[in-house]
Amino acid sequence: MERKIRVLVAKPGLDGHDRGAKVVARALRDAGMEVIYTGLHQTPEMIVETAVQEDVDVIGLSLLSGAHLTLFRDVVTLLKKRGMDDVLVVGGGVIPEEDASKLKKMGVAEVFGPGTTTDEIIEFIRKNVKK
Amino acid sequence: MKELASKVLKGDTRSVARLITLVENNSRNAANAMKIIHKHTGNAHVVGVTGVMGSGKSTLIYELARGYRKQGKTVGIVGIDPTSPFTGGALLGDRIRMQELACDSGVFIRSMGTRGALGGLTGAIFDVIEILDASGKDVVLVETVGVGQGEVDVVKMADTTLVVLVPGLGDSIQAIKAGIMEIADVFVVNKADRPGVDRAVAELESMLDLKHVEGERRTPVVKTVARKGEGVSELIQKIDNHMNYLKEQNLLELRRRKRYEAELVEIIRRELMSYIFDEKRLKGKIDDLVDRISMKKMDPYTGAEEVLERMLR
Repeated sequence: MERKIRVLVAKPGLDGHDRGAKVVARALRDAGMEVIYTGLHQTPEMIVETAVQEDVDVIGLSLLSGAHLTLFRDVVTLLKKRGMDDVLVVGGGVIPEEDASKLKKMGVAEVFGPGTTTDEIIEFIRKNVKK
Repeated sequence: MKELASKVLKGDTRSVARLITLVENNSRNAANAMKIIHKHTGNAHVVGVTGVMGSGKSTLIYELARGYRKQGKTVGIVGIDPTSPFTGGALLGDRIRMQELACDSGVFIRSMGTRGALGGLTGAIFDVIEILDASGKDVVLVETVGVGQGEVDVVKMADTTLVVLVPGLGDSIQAIKAGIMEIADVFVVNKADRPGVDRAVAELESMLDLKHVEGERRTPVVKTVARKGEGVSELIQKIDNHMNYLKEQNLLELRRRKRYEAELVEIIRRELMSYIFDEKRLKGKIDDLVDRISMKKMDPYTGAEEVLERMLR
């Protein structure tokens, strides 16, 4: 049986802009993945607990408030604590170049800035999903 | 697998989630774990929630879960959304309305795609119910996809089936009564702060008058405004009443038998399908037959006979 890729698309923090997250969610669905969308204002704890229960392969974090360094770090740390370090974590939003490299050092696999096509995201996930 | 099963029995969240993934992917290992946990099931009250699209099923389930939590009960929730038959993908959004429960360790929520199953459920649903039951959840709430008329499979797996309606459906209640109207153990008229609620309730009651037999249980109708939590404790009361009724009348065992029968048939069907459509043994036979059928050198019935003869020999 073919294994389906399960993706959690989550919006941590306080900004209310979920247009991008929804576009990505739909694109991943149309690429044959199962996408769990949880809505706005998620805490890192909620995101990680949801990832555990839904047993996802990928977490896509979307954030436009500027708090990415703190919130992405918390998600990655909590995932490690729950023994979920095999989950592929990617991020998107308005994230400066130098922050992107900091995020990658923390364990975020890739950061997709403005102008990224959905095809690039799909391809990256397919290539890098673990398990 | 023994280890995974014993962790599930202890209620370990991660293991419950992993085993659900395994049954969804129809893995061999899953079957071995399911064999172990079966004798530990049967304690959860399984409540199916079905109804038309946009009737507020997710919000209602969220409020029900909160109500059960206040009583100290643990809750498992399965939300099913449609899988695209074209891409195989699915957008699972039932959690959006259940955010506040995400970090409650007494609640486990799983979103699932239908993955090709018809009837408003998903092929693995029986397994998932057994897993949540065995992990110690007191109540398992299953939300079907938004239904129209024919999606009545929910009765095969639920102890109690809720059918959720909203005011303003008007005569459409008449239209759908043949399908989902017959399966309700409790009717819920949600969004009861909207105009037309009295009419909706009256229509339901008059329909129930028609089929009511003196001395028999009458399906209750509960008005709720799930968004505000109104009517939810009454609804929980009616759900509990139904369970007591099933026990008193010795009907619970009968319902469970039906569930196990449906589950058994589902597993046999699944195993048989994967046995018959085993690519290694088929060696392109299907393509070959389709060619001949297209060219009118063969008919589909003879083709099917040939496949079955070869594969079941």
